[in-house]
Amino acid sequence: MGIGTTTLLLLLALAPLGLLAFRLGRGKAIANMAAGISMHSRPQQYGWYSVVWMGMPALGVALAAAVLSLLGVISPARELVLLVSVAVAAIGLAHGLRAIRPEVRARNALDNVVRYLLMGAALISIMTTIAIVLSIVFEAMRFFREVSVWEFVTGTVWAPGDTFLEAAGRGDEVEEGTSFFGSVPLFAGTFMVTAIAMATALPIGLLSAIFMSEYATRAQRSIAKPVLEILAGIPTVVYGFFAAITVTPIVVDIAEFFGLDASYSNILSPGIVMGIMIIPFISSLSDDVINSIPQSLREGAYALGTTHSETIKQVILPAALPGVISAFLLGVSRALGETMIVVMAAGVRPNLTWNPLEDMTTVTVNIVYALTGDQAFDSPMTLAAFALGLVLFTVTLMLNLVSTYLVRRFKQKYD
Amino acid sequence: MQRRLTGSADDPRIRSRYRTESRFKAYTITALFVAFAIILAFFADIITQGYSAFWRSEIQVTLDYNERAERVGQFALQEELREVVSRGAVRSIPLEIRNNPELAGSTREVWVPVYSRVDQYLKGNEELDPELAPIVDRLAEEDRIRNVFNWAFFTSGDSKLPEMAGIFSAAVGSILVLFVTLMFAFPIGVMSAIYLEEFAPDNKLTQLIEVNINNLAAVPSIIFGLLGLAVFINTFGVPRSSALVGGLTLGLMTLPIIIISTRAALRSVPDPIRLGAFAMGCSRWQVVRDHVLPLSLPGILTGTIIGLAQAMGETAPLIIVGMIAYIPDAPTSIFDSATVLPAQVFTWASEPRKAFVEKTGAGIMVLLAILLTLNAAAVFLRRRFERRW
Repeated sequence: MGIGTTTLLLLLALAPLGLLAFRLGRGKAIANMAAGISMHSRPQQYGWYSVVWMGMPALGVALAAAVLSLLGVISPARELVLLVSVAVAAIGLAHGLRAIRPEVRARNALDNVVRYLLMGAALISIMTTIAIVLSIVFEAMRFFREVSVWEFVTGTVWAPGDTFLEAAGRGDEVEEGTSFFGSVPLFAGTFMVTAIAMATALPIGLLSAIFMSEYATRAQRSIAKPVLEILAGIPTVVYGFFAAITVTPIVVDIAEFFGLDASYSNILSPGIVMGIMIIPFISSLSDDVINSIPQSLREGAYALGTTHSETIKQVILPAALPGVISAFLLGVSRALGETMIVVMAAGVRPNLTWNPLEDMTTVTVNIVYALTGDQAFDSPMTLAAFALGLVLFTVTLMLNLVSTYLVRRFKQKYD
Repeated sequence: MQRRLTGSADDPRIRSRYRTESRFKAYTITALFVAFAIILAFFADIITQGYSAFWRSEIQVTLDYNERAERVGQFALQEELREVVSRGAVRSIPLEIRNNPELAGSTREVWVPVYSRVDQYLKGNEELDPELAPIVDRLAEEDRIRNVFNWAFFTSGDSKLPEMAGIFSAAVGSILVLFVTLMFAFPIGVMSAIYLEEFAPDNKLTQLIEVNINNLAAVPSIIFGLLGLAVFINTFGVPRSSALVGGLTLGLMTLPIIIISTRAALRSVPDPIRLGAFAMGCSRWQVVRDHVLPLSLPGILTGTIIGLAQAMGETAPLIIVGMIAYIPDAPTSIFDSATVLPAQVFTWASEPRKAFVEKTGAGIMVLLAILLTLNAAAVFLRRRFERRW
């Protein structure tokens, strides 16, 4: 019996019991009231009260059994767990019905049950974060047991190539020192693509935001804003296709026109397309920030005789700077973690260069390549993906924290 | 001589300031137009790449169910047509004859799809073998080739033969994955939001949860893929490539989006409604269930649709959990290996054959149509049910 069928059977067994519990609980309360006894809560609340007594212990037993068998402490037969849970449900039902007395505050008890249920749901978000950190750190640790942190951080050669032989149990065929895990070329590629993306997105995004918030009429704004936001709803795989099929040949042609030699997996075109993707993030965040600057600042500047653009450059933008920086950092964090565009349009060859027309590879590309092949899960190459993921997670997390901090400071200043 | 007033319109300094002013305004307008031009070019490009995949060429052939065709379907065709007709169209003839023995020896006239390179040639995308091209030209002149709407693109799954490949199995995969995502993220997201907005005391734990949720929303999606791989597949043994693991991974990713938008919806319900309900003697849960939730439902649904649209377009985490498998037949349960629309687009995009480029474009058009519809539905919901208090 699979875990799915067991769960299904358990729920199928508990559902009618739940209905029964509700009916009986409510019935008993109604009977009591009819007999002239004044009850604390409404009848249906006693109904729900007995449902809780029936269901909670039974589900608790099933959950505990599931957790214990996952941890490998004991592994009871699923049929046994099912039987015990249903038995516990029956006992709980009997107890719940007996507990229906005038002085029992079913309503308050229900409120508490609901409160704890909701709190449990909210804790899942924390558990997700802990799971991310633990799972990535744990696998990354296994990687760093084989490769020194120093080599990973400062090494300039990334050549995990031969580790698949090790994974295939042919480790002795690998010559000592043929795998290199120096991540510098990957991070160089990631920073290059991020720099190109931000160089594209920041001017277009910021200037569009200035137009929309300072110059545009209400009607122009109500068209421009949603149109720009279409860009935010386009899946990254589509941008990747656009970069690889359309932008790269254009870039190569233009480079050729100027007598330059561009690779067909150059880092420039994914950078530009990534910039296009980030435009709406910059424009709508900056637009919000510029709009929230008090009108009095503008009026003060006008009163001193400044033109509109002087007001913008000398008053509005300095005031909006924390918000704009925060939008910029969020954009950077998006660009660092962006995967599909670079997987489809950038190269796979680690290459340390300053020339954006050459092919470079990035951190995310290597995570994808390490995890999509037929690698054993504990091969160094797979584990290296987790080490890269750990760095990526840490960097983006810090960018986000700084960015939210800046926004909060900005809001405190003007709200 | 009278001194010109400073600040008058012909003061050269003023004029230069005005020029700066109009130049700056022109920059901002240019930026916006560049963005618009990019959007236009983008859609025009995708449509020109992809629209031709919605049509396909079919050829009229006489299938001859002879003895050799019982073993290899190709022999049911006249010799000169064997290179023109799609192999996929005659692949199943031996099986057909085995299932219906009375077919043997008979002939039948049918329209079948042509070989992908011939199709590309007829669409003007690609050159064809010099031996094959005259045959195709002659057949076209004899009106034995027609161009019809490619329904098969919507009704068949992936195939190694471009003329047979369709998005059906990927679409089913997407629906299954989104179903799992919704089942996981919607209840937990809404419950968390209710807790944080209506029940939680303002203490350290609550603040920790809040910071957490905001940061989770900005974690790169590929990190969720690593999480799904390490936790769901390696620790809990959920089958790799299944809609279940994809849905759970995307569920974790969608969770913060749903929580944040649900909280905004709950916050927009004014306090007097809560106070009125409390004054009537409702418990906190009754206030939330009977008054706050119904009023904020449109906002919650809007946020959920936006979150799902985002999940639907996501590829990177799904690749990490193995959802780029070759799936010719639609999955029937959430435990089967499956692929999703964007992953299918990715698979086709990495195919070198020209015929797959138009498939990729067409797949993207379908994906974008679905996503734009979802987002439009969200906007409509918000406009229709938004209440100003």
